[in-house]
Amino acid sequence: MLLQVNELRKTYATGFEAVKGISLQVNKGEIVALLGPNGAGKTTLISTICGITNPSSGSVFIDGYEISKNFRDARKLIGLVPQDITLEPFEKVLNTINFSRGLFGKKKDDALTEKVLTKLSLWDKRDSRIMELSGGMKRRVLIAKALIHEPRLLFLDEPTASVDVELRQSMWDVVADLKKDGVTIILTTHYIEEAEAIADRVGIINKGELLLIEEKASLMQKFGQKILKVELQKKLKQLPKELSEKNVKLSDDGLSITYIYDTKQKKTGITKLLSNLSNSGINLRDIQTDQSSLEEIFVNLVREKVE
Amino acid sequence: MNFQAVRAIYFFEMARFFRTLLQSFVSPVISTSLYFVVFGTAIGSRIQEVDGISYGAFIVPGLIMLSVMTQATSNASFGIYFPKFIGTIYELLSAPVNYFEILLGYVGAAATKALFIGLVILATAAIFVDLKIIHPIAMILFLVLTCISFSLLGFILGIWARNFEQLQLVPLLVVTPLVFLGGSFYSVSMLPPIWQKITLFNPVVYLVSGFRWSFFGNADVPIFVSLLAISSFTVACIIIVAWIFNTGWRIKQ
Repeated sequence: MLLQVNELRKTYATGFEAVKGISLQVNKGEIVALLGPNGAGKTTLISTICGITNPSSGSVFIDGYEISKNFRDARKLIGLVPQDITLEPFEKVLNTINFSRGLFGKKKDDALTEKVLTKLSLWDKRDSRIMELSGGMKRRVLIAKALIHEPRLLFLDEPTASVDVELRQSMWDVVADLKKDGVTIILTTHYIEEAEAIADRVGIINKGELLLIEEKASLMQKFGQKILKVELQKKLKQLPKELSEKNVKLSDDGLSITYIYDTKQKKTGITKLLSNLSNSGINLRDIQTDQSSLEEIFVNLVREKVE
Repeated sequence: MNFQAVRAIYFFEMARFFRTLLQSFVSPVISTSLYFVVFGTAIGSRIQEVDGISYGAFIVPGLIMLSVMTQATSNASFGIYFPKFIGTIYELLSAPVNYFEILLGYVGAAATKALFIGLVILATAAIFVDLKIIHPIAMILFLVLTCISFSLLGFILGIWARNFEQLQLVPLLVVTPLVFLGGSFYSVSMLPPIWQKITLFNPVVYLVSGFRWSFFGNADVPIFVSLLAISSFTVACIIIVAWIFNTGWRIKQ
């Protein structure tokens, strides 16, 4: 296990409790996405793990090193890409990257610098000043700064916030490459498709609590509603009596019936629906099912907790 | 000890200085020359000698102190305030460095810059007046200690400041007046008796006096008192810095 967070709490001086007893374990090589709306406590959680804010209580271990007692060993393993673009505008790309490596106690390594900058398409810009770069490039400089000391655990705090679609895709490619190199990645996002696209496990954070953390696939299965769509041979004017249920709907053109069911339930009601269809003498053309997206899962989950 | 990190911070800060080398170099030369033209030549020609030293030479230690103190304070305060202001401090806080290493990097760089400026002024002054330094080792010791202690003061200010206005406040409203009123351009003995007493509450008096002693061999206050003053000031700054780091005051939430 690479990261272990036990009952972590953070209350700010203002009295605001941003993290309310979060426990979390992350294995080597995993990509975990922490999903939650703005102000859910994602950044505070990361900042506390990385040493930027002091925890109010609880403990954090990175590869067995406690983050305050063994802060040197623990932090050497961590790379952090902050949410906001925070860079010295007058510095050159190469200098700011060498500075980051130096802070982690490592001597300049030209071959590695070239490798990292090339991977992030920044090698041509190495002698440019930060202020001359575009927003997307600046974000990649932040990633380069986090990677240059060869961390084993990388935190990406909203890596694709306010980033265009093309750059978002290239960011995901970078993450996939890092995973291949064995880097463990924890990223926060409020884009569900991002978690869906790149994460192995997804944690959902709301109001300082980790509501759940699960394998992406099983999460989707567990909380997923499915839609069964039945296409009909002949047009139907209205649903037969046996089929009048709130979850069954006839399409406007009368050529298909949709049925929404919950995979969590013991009885999905599919058998009953199909037998009712055949009893009514309706002939089917085709059947298909659709998994609901993480977005729908998330909305349901947050609503469930509120209720 | 993470020496690489100290090195990285030190050279990163020095790079800022070298980027503006012309400004760093030219501005003390010009301001020193102006002081010599105004105080040394125009006014000094009427004052003639102070304690047996030509007025032009007499003001050299005070001039150096004036620049070194203000430069050390503003350089060090800006050095640590700027990362706080633009947010890059996250990197320092999440790196495997302890506070002492951060301090060493920032204060070391600020003190180096101040020392450099002090030496430039000394060299410029040597063009205008005949300078003899009776106690060169003591001179360097005083200069280096002043650079370090005022860089420490600046570091504290940089952490304390919440905005650029506060950052300017202390150098402008505290350091500069104290230096001007600290006998930089006059001997304490030239003041009316009551002000001779009051001025002893100004810590800068002891520094300027001690520094002047290293040049000319005479001082307003005994040399050991000066040494004691600069040492206690340095220790006081270190204690405050240690407290800041232990509590994370205005650095960490």
